[in-house]
Amino acid sequence: MANGLKKFYMNDKIVVPVFAVITSLFIAAIVMIMIGKNPIVAYGALLFGAFGTKGALINNLMKATPLILTGLSVGLGFRAGLFNIGANGQLIIGALLSTYIGTKMIAYPFYLSIPIMLITGMVGGALWAAIAGWLKVARGAHEVITTIMLNYVAVFIANYVVNGPFQAPGGVPKSPEIAYSARFPNLITSGATWLSAGIFVALTAVVVVYILIEKTKMGYEVKAVGFNPYAAEYGGISIGRNTVMAMAISGALAGLAGTMQVMGLYYRYLGALGGSMGFDGITIALIGQNDPIGIAFAAFLISSIRAGSNQMQIAGVSKNIVIIIQGIIIFLVATNRLVKTFMFWKRKEVEEA
Amino acid sequence: MNAWIQAIINVFINPIFYKSTLNQSTPLILAALGGVYSETTGVVNIALEGIMLIGAFGGVVGSYFTGNPWYGLALGVLLGVAMAALHAWASIRYAGDQIISGAALILLAQGITGFSLVELFGKPGSTDLVRSIPLVNLGSFENVPFFGKIFNSLSPLVYIAFASVAFSWFLIYKTRLGLRMRSVGNNPEAADTLGVNVYNVRYFGVLMSGVFASLGGAFLSIGELGQFTENMSNGRGFIALAAMIIGNWSPTGAMWASILFGAASAFNDQLQSQGILHLATNTQYLFGMIPYIITLIVVGGLVGKSRAPSSDGIPYIKD
Repeated sequence: MANGLKKFYMNDKIVVPVFAVITSLFIAAIVMIMIGKNPIVAYGALLFGAFGTKGALINNLMKATPLILTGLSVGLGFRAGLFNIGANGQLIIGALLSTYIGTKMIAYPFYLSIPIMLITGMVGGALWAAIAGWLKVARGAHEVITTIMLNYVAVFIANYVVNGPFQAPGGVPKSPEIAYSARFPNLITSGATWLSAGIFVALTAVVVVYILIEKTKMGYEVKAVGFNPYAAEYGGISIGRNTVMAMAISGALAGLAGTMQVMGLYYRYLGALGGSMGFDGITIALIGQNDPIGIAFAAFLISSIRAGSNQMQIAGVSKNIVIIIQGIIIFLVATNRLVKTFMFWKRKEVEEA
Repeated sequence: MNAWIQAIINVFINPIFYKSTLNQSTPLILAALGGVYSETTGVVNIALEGIMLIGAFGGVVGSYFTGNPWYGLALGVLLGVAMAALHAWASIRYAGDQIISGAALILLAQGITGFSLVELFGKPGSTDLVRSIPLVNLGSFENVPFFGKIFNSLSPLVYIAFASVAFSWFLIYKTRLGLRMRSVGNNPEAADTLGVNVYNVRYFGVLMSGVFASLGGAFLSIGELGQFTENMSNGRGFIALAAMIIGNWSPTGAMWASILFGAASAFNDQLQSQGILHLATNTQYLFGMIPYIITLIVVGGLVGKSRAPSSDGIPYIKD
């Protein structure tokens, strides 16, 4: 029993991200002390802003909903050996297409329009990501470059349509609203905040991705290609098909994240809808170590930090510190050898004891 | 159709278009050169975007506190090199994932500049106006028709950018150090066997990428206006990365690709101001995506061929 517990704590998959998160919060605290702020007060405000009231918790869960999905998107890509830095573009295309369909759903009942919306968002994201997958397989173009470029193209397409052909009256760059039947019902409402049923979609996605990766032949093949493409091909697994497939599923998850914002929060396409969620997905996948359940917890951690940062800003610490914290976390996970070197003395001490 | 031809001719006969092309290419050329240094030695550096941002911020802060924009430039480069050193340390010493480390540094740069902006200037969004690097006045050359209007009052950084291309070409292709850089990027094992210190050469490449990318960033902030605004690099680091790839990882190729992107952007700006076209404001977005689509076409190998150093992105672990 004690041995099992020790094994659990010594597991790299847990030690590295926990160490990274704690260290980053510690470094941020030092920065706060340097500028003459009390980190205990700031972190207290952050906790209050994330969990302190019913509204805060609702807001937190609303923020977690798309982050779970972009985290899954990036994490699934990593499992397949792909760095999908383009979740943002896929999210935009998914949101844009589902918004367009959503405005046409007035005559449909909710049990038709909601699934149609979800499928549209996923297809949009999947197709956008599949471009990068195809360019990698057929032309050898690295997915990091192509997905970054596709992000910008998506932003420009969105700006073009919401400033012209798909603009709501009034001259503001936003689309018309989607039909009521295409909106998620609210589970809880508190003042100006509400929790939409989208959280169930995100949690379902966690389970589906878990089953896909761990229990299906397709998941096995995708992982095999990610782990060692040449060995996989030798074993009769197609690198090309699995790469495009993994990229498309990753894109579908990002597209779904955008659709959550449309169906549950804004009810239309807005320029700022994507925010930094694609990049946050990278942080989340790394903290969650590409494990679907780990990603769900990591998404909640990041949404809590993000949701609480407004309150922290009121307490006098600029919320940009949250971006610094995320940067340090990613950096430490990238240099996990450094973390392991550091943890190594600890490990020896434990063994000696 | 005639209106379009007329508008395009109007753009091309206007010296402002060429001047704007030079100005918009300069930060791209510098940052793309940075990419060339790093990747020639085999280290992928997507952090160019972050290094540009911190270079731009350092430029304004240095100029603000000393009143001398050249000290600002020095501070910007210093911060850029520090950031590149972090990337080098993570990806060379600790054989970390270079893309993840780069992504971390982009976030760090955004966070640090956004945070310090509020701390130093008391408000988010943008800094106070500071003294910028004086433009180069060419005297009576100004009166030369057409060319006078293009080349008079350019930032010295424009000249520095083009001089850096020549310098880098010479360094990479004509010197021993350059040969070592290329060998370390293509075949680190062989270079190691021949007695080249792979780690040191890679450190050099990554640190130089910090120098050039931060110069490009500083041009954005203290090259003309003398102000830093949040996220002012605005994707130029990624465009520079694309220019490096389209330019086939060579300094001159990267320069031409940067000029192409700079010209595309200048063309878009100038076309918008052609009254005879009656362009709706949203057409700027259609033209705006052209450089990114060109990049997709080129990296997709649909036109031409572009080849990375063989060991680009692969950490070297000495046995």
